[in-house]
Amino acid sequence: MDRSETSPEGSLTLDTVTVSYGRREALQDVSMVVPHGAQVAVVGPNGAGKSTLFKALVGLLPHKRGRILVHGRPPNDQLDPIAYVPQREEVDWRFPVNVRDVVSMGRFGRVRPLRRLHERDRAAIDRALEALDLAGLAERPIAELSGGQQQRVFLARALAQEPHVLLLDEPFTGVDAAVRESVLAVLQTLRRLDVTVLVSTHDLRLASERFELVALLNGRLVAYGAPDEVFRPEHVRAAFGGGAMFLGGMVVVDQCCEGRGHAHAPDEWESPDDHRVGGDGVGG
Amino acid sequence: MIDWLVEPFTLPFMQRALIAAVIVGIVCAVLGCYVILRSMAFLGDALAHAVLPGVAVAYLAGVNTLVGALVAAVLVGLGISAFAQHGTIREDTAIGILFAAALALGVLLISTIRTYAADLTHILFGDLLGVGRFDLWLSGGLALFVLVTVVVLYKELLLASFDPVLAHTLGKRPGVYRTLLILLLAVAIVVSLRTVGVALVVALLVTPAATAYLLTRRLPSMMATAAAFGVASGVIGLYASYYLDVSSGAAVVLVATGFFLLAYLFAPRRGLITRRLRRAT
Repeated sequence: MDRSETSPEGSLTLDTVTVSYGRREALQDVSMVVPHGAQVAVVGPNGAGKSTLFKALVGLLPHKRGRILVHGRPPNDQLDPIAYVPQREEVDWRFPVNVRDVVSMGRFGRVRPLRRLHERDRAAIDRALEALDLAGLAERPIAELSGGQQQRVFLARALAQEPHVLLLDEPFTGVDAAVRESVLAVLQTLRRLDVTVLVSTHDLRLASERFELVALLNGRLVAYGAPDEVFRPEHVRAAFGGGAMFLGGMVVVDQCCEGRGHAHAPDEWESPDDHRVGGDGVGG
Repeated sequence: MIDWLVEPFTLPFMQRALIAAVIVGIVCAVLGCYVILRSMAFLGDALAHAVLPGVAVAYLAGVNTLVGALVAAVLVGLGISAFAQHGTIREDTAIGILFAAALALGVLLISTIRTYAADLTHILFGDLLGVGRFDLWLSGGLALFVLVTVVVLYKELLLASFDPVLAHTLGKRPGVYRTLLILLLAVAIVVSLRTVGVALVVALLVTPAATAYLLTRRLPSMMATAAAFGVASGVIGLYASYYLDVSSGAAVVLVATGFFLLAYLFAPRRGLITRRLRRAT
């Protein structure tokens, strides 16, 4: 894990990145620099482009304009520069694989067909299992895991990729307090490992209390910086519109059915975020 | 007892039937694991029926019908894949359209031949006892191709099946592996055509793999167990067909179904009755 080379450009640089679905631009001219090892909460209303941003960063969606750089270089030149942890619902947890099998998949990008995993790969897998406290569960079928353990398996798999940047898509949505705590604990671990992390969330309070940087999105980057700079009335109003209220210095946002239990409110705004990779025969 | 077991296989056509049953049992069961894990059963059934026009054309042209079936299955498989990847219609819709069209074309072609009734039955329900030498070589070669591909691309197929999004981000294009699986499926169907026929192939793809799913916890052991059930079903079905004088394809499928029901009820961890008993104690 060579993370010594920090560049002045920061760990992740977005330069006027624009992503569109057909003719509609889901994200417009997003420019931001994330310092090495920072943890950023990405917030915004439904359909603001949080998932779109992540999918563009990891190459699942093409960006129409702009540049994405990891340590000042295009991600395509690098091995596993950015790892993406999808929402838990996106795979079939009845699949006959165990925890180690899933975590090993994080290394498949580095191994040719027919080749076995290298010693180096096994070491990375063991470290990832260790870091997420899964070593004791390594041989357990994934069907027998609890929700929090499943979340940790996904995180371990991303860690096994040894990425420079880790993207967590809504790890706090639709989970109970225990899982939430375990994800927060994982974020602490990642901080120790000096991994740059972007987390999308609906929980503004969590974003302001637990993250040093917040990116507020609504089709464009409304504000980016420390929480108290970002959560200013004018920014919040720009992102959430009439749904935002201010009560004695506190921001209250009516996000309708968000949070507790509801993963997504099925309104029309949501549709771009709901698309999975699309086009390339995903699923089935 | 030994005589009873050995007697059928003193006959050359029974020896060929046995070899065919073993080949089909293995290849369908191994590929069947992906079929059930990726919910491709409908696709498999459709591909099987879609070989009918290929068989008919080959018959009319005097070519070995397996060759015609192979061409038809590959074409329909690629057709479904192309339709679905365009995204304008849903995949199961594409399957439904192509499947019915190919079946209709097959029946249309066959209806032009007057003496075809018996052969049609064989195509639909298999004719294990009529397996020829060339059929065996062709099936054996194709089966080997399928198995080697599944082993060589094990990591890639597993990744693309379990998590296509991760596959995509790691630069392994899941769409390519999906098309590959459809092609392998087409080949496996052609391999099993003589044994169980068009109408029952899907049972060999799905049933042994489903049985193994109930009994195992990891994909490699699931594949091995499925292959064992596939072979056992083939061999036992063959005995049943010989001694009871019943249709071989149907016998093979029913034996496989019997294994599945036993596993469904009595599997150590997932069986219906096993779980009841465990809860009761």
